[in-house]
Amino acid sequence: MAAPAPPSSAIDVRKLAGVALAFALACALPFALGSYHVFQLTLVLVYAIALLGLNMLTGFNGQISLGHGAFYAIGAYTAAILMDKAGMPYWATIPIAGAVCGVAGFLFGLPALRLEGLYLALATFALGVAMPQILKHKSIEEWTGGVQGIVIVKPDPPGWLQLSQDQWLYFFTLAWLLVAFVVAWNLLRGRIGRAMIAIRDQPIAAQAMGVNTAIVKSMTFGVSALYTGVAGALGAIAIQFVAPDSFGIFLSITLVVGIVVGGLASISGAVYGAIFIQFVPNIADKLSKAAPWAIYGVILIAFMYVMPTGAAGFVRLTLARWFRRRGP
Amino acid sequence: MKRSLVRIARWAAAGALIASSLAGAGVYAQAPKYGPGASATEIKLGQTMPYSGPASAYGTIGKLHTAYFKMINDNGGINGRKINLISLDDGYSPPRAVEQIRRLVEQDEVLALFQTLGTPSNSAIQKYVNAKKVPHLLLATGATKWGDPQHFPWTMGFNLSYQSEGQIYAKYLLKNKPNAKIGILYQNDDYGKDLLKGVMDGLGSANAKMVVSQQSYEVTDATVDSQILTLQSSGADTFINITTPKFSAQAIRKAWDSGWKPLHIVNNVGASVGSVLVPAGLDKSVGLLTLQYYKDPNDPQWKDDPAMLEWRGFMGRYYREGDPKDASNLYAYITAQLMVQILKQCGNDLTRENVMKQAANLKNVKLPLLLPGMTVDTSPTDFYPIQQGQLARFTGTLWQGFGELISTDVK
Amino acid sequence: MNALLHQILSGLATGGIYASVALALVMIYQATHLVNFAQGELAMFSTYIAWALIEAGVPYWGAFALTVVFAFVLGVVIERVIVRPVEDAPILAIVIVFIALLVIFNSMAGWIFTYTIKPFPSPFPTEPLFGNSYLSSHELGSMGITLVVLLLLFVFFRFTPLGLAMRAAAQNPVSSRLVGIRVGWMLALGWGLAAAIGAIAGMMVAPVVFLEPNMMGGILLYAFAGALLGGIDSPGGAVIGGFIVGVLENVVGAYVGTELKLTVALVLIVGVLVVRPSGMFGQVHVNRV
Repeated sequence: MAAPAPPSSAIDVRKLAGVALAFALACALPFALGSYHVFQLTLVLVYAIALLGLNMLTGFNGQISLGHGAFYAIGAYTAAILMDKAGMPYWATIPIAGAVCGVAGFLFGLPALRLEGLYLALATFALGVAMPQILKHKSIEEWTGGVQGIVIVKPDPPGWLQLSQDQWLYFFTLAWLLVAFVVAWNLLRGRIGRAMIAIRDQPIAAQAMGVNTAIVKSMTFGVSALYTGVAGALGAIAIQFVAPDSFGIFLSITLVVGIVVGGLASISGAVYGAIFIQFVPNIADKLSKAAPWAIYGVILIAFMYVMPTGAAGFVRLTLARWFRRRGP
Repeated sequence: MKRSLVRIARWAAAGALIASSLAGAGVYAQAPKYGPGASATEIKLGQTMPYSGPASAYGTIGKLHTAYFKMINDNGGINGRKINLISLDDGYSPPRAVEQIRRLVEQDEVLALFQTLGTPSNSAIQKYVNAKKVPHLLLATGATKWGDPQHFPWTMGFNLSYQSEGQIYAKYLLKNKPNAKIGILYQNDDYGKDLLKGVMDGLGSANAKMVVSQQSYEVTDATVDSQILTLQSSGADTFINITTPKFSAQAIRKAWDSGWKPLHIVNNVGASVGSVLVPAGLDKSVGLLTLQYYKDPNDPQWKDDPAMLEWRGFMGRYYREGDPKDASNLYAYITAQLMVQILKQCGNDLTRENVMKQAANLKNVKLPLLLPGMTVDTSPTDFYPIQQGQLARFTGTLWQGFGELISTDVK
Repeated sequence: MNALLHQILSGLATGGIYASVALALVMIYQATHLVNFAQGELAMFSTYIAWALIEAGVPYWGAFALTVVFAFVLGVVIERVIVRPVEDAPILAIVIVFIALLVIFNSMAGWIFTYTIKPFPSPFPTEPLFGNSYLSSHELGSMGITLVVLLLLFVFFRFTPLGLAMRAAAQNPVSSRLVGIRVGWMLALGWGLAAAIGAIAGMMVAPVVFLEPNMMGGILLYAFAGALLGGIDSPGGAVIGGFIVGVLENVVGAYVGTELKLTVALVLIVGVLVVRPSGMFGQVHVNRV
């Protein structure tokens, strides 16, 4: 079953128009909706960045991770500790959180080089399960706040902008999303991106062709963790609270659900996946008070039946069919 | 001349009568005041509950609240207004709790939050609800930090605080078994650590000498058997058991099976006869000590207690699917009764400010499912509704209270 | 020394739990080359069915047998009805379906049976064997049952034509079809057997940890670790792996401290896997370029 092709080097005008339209919509929404919905949309943006990170690792590079929630947690706590204990302004914590997670991801990726498929899944699963306990440990309690967690002060928009706090946070996160997407797009359509995909599809052939699989794989882990860490930091600022219980194994599993539903090896898939993981639990809640997660599971299965390659592939196919009918 | 005087007098009298009746009407028929979530026909309350996730056993509390308010509504509501409780699932996850509470406050615009459950979830939303000035009432957690009107004037807990409970156990041991070698098992989270702090603070300087072993466990652990063995081999002859029902039952059983028979104090959360002692084995639970502040539904001594019979009637009519052996269902009933009391005290002034004012104005409220002699009292400087408890010993069939009602003054 | 022995034996008891669930995971892997994350929840759900039967008055072994049959049928039905439509989808899509099943069964169990813990009876006597205080009769008995199931599985895969057919279908479905093996039904059979083994595991686990919808959550990780440690394609290895994980967890918790138990135990397991990436007893797969 052929995997979707990497983003091509040529710039597709129609695609660019689509992206521009989506971006315009994204900028307009916070002025049309109440602050609660703006908050929810901010979370969608946060998840999109995290999913982009995980997708680079799993979708493009073929390394499965069931523990990416751990990097999200590290990013979140880095931001929280810097803001709370070091008095750093919120906007400065984001790149630092990303850097810390990037290093952590790279270091984790090194021993993980030896593990394939299921075994890598187990190792990352273990990381995801162990993270809450690590966060609660008394040796770092002074910084992390232990089981009590850390409360974060909500940032104010700059004085010259007439925005509410929620709207400002939304645009701040949107800006980071844009940067993340552009960087990822550039990375993936270049040489490194091709190396990543080659390693996923034909690891031995790639090695024989001179690709340094060890470096590329570890680096991919690092970059993927960096993205997820940035998302974690932005998420912590949006929620204004971090605690060990916020980052259990369910978060890691939710991220995997997000990339598969959104579309593996697809950049736009990150947005579709984020919309799914943010809103479908709410929809399931409305449909059934008694067993909402059963409804969620059913919706999930339905999605996998209808679009096993994810929403991005589905959207692409539908648009292609539509344009074919209408002519060039 | 006399006729005009009489006429003036008549007019004056009529005027006085009208004036006084107007004044009287003003006193008894003030125009009702409504804040968000309240109207002439409805009072909207909000809460988050762990209907899914690791704490889902407590979801029954929210379901009982819904059933209770339905009963109140069937009987006319409060001052003619129906209560509409919007109860949302947060899966015991703080980010989800933040999202749901924001929805309740900004979209559903509830009058007040009632019995939001879980220390981590409440920690996440406390600053927000205080900033938005929404009454955050009767939290379903025993964390001690919910009684801080100076910093969080809109938050008021309910449970007897965990630290108070821990201190009571410590004081009991200092008095009755000063040479005890204590082993402690605690859940590695906010609740467990709060109770642990209470015990350690209560023991004071003696804690280093008396506590020989502390073992923690995670909610995701399969069993606590290993921890029990470690505590046993430490030579402890007293065991303070700070666990939730499933692990409490495991601990009680494993201690017995391993031949370890310490003085066993089990915390209130893990002491229910129906949810803990029956699965563990009633014969293995003889001699257990705990602190109680409300009646246990499985306790035969309350068999004919009128309040207990009323509760059972309610369970049978309005909450058939609820488990009458689950003490959480009795706990939830008490909190719902207290909320109704607060709303009744509000009269026709249903603003958020007044709800908070009335919550801080509970005087000598008697809830018959609390232990005999207990009252609920709050004031603008005292945000701890429950500050009394009684030690009890398990006889093999029931929790026998002994000693007097103990009052706590942990702030 | 006595304390260490106690911890090790207790670890073997917990390890027995992990080993029995690991067996179910290996079973499904042997049949389908996939790890079914919903295995634990299926086992939990089957155990609830057993509980309901016992509450209705059915004697223990009758309920046991009925539950095993029910679980088998449930496994077959799930494979044919739910998993078949996505058979050819990318592996991760199938994994998502498993996750969905996990969530569905967990939610349904909570809805139907509520979340209060329930005691589940054990078929073994309550007095410990020879009056020892290390292992209860139930813990010994369930270890015995796990070994019996392991033996039956071994015989089935090695010596019966059906077992051989199943292994062939999982390893090389195209060639198997050419030889006349009905691959679809082999997969369904595999699922059924795995579900049945899971049900047995659940009924052995519940008396120890108490029956509640989240009962298998903490166990699944260690069972998974045990299965991989021993080698995912070796039932015997999985059982040994499960026991090792149980002992490791207990000993680490007792001597390193419970506050980092998860991390240390899992670092050790991952460490072993880095040295022997296919598990201790697993077959090393050589990939042809």
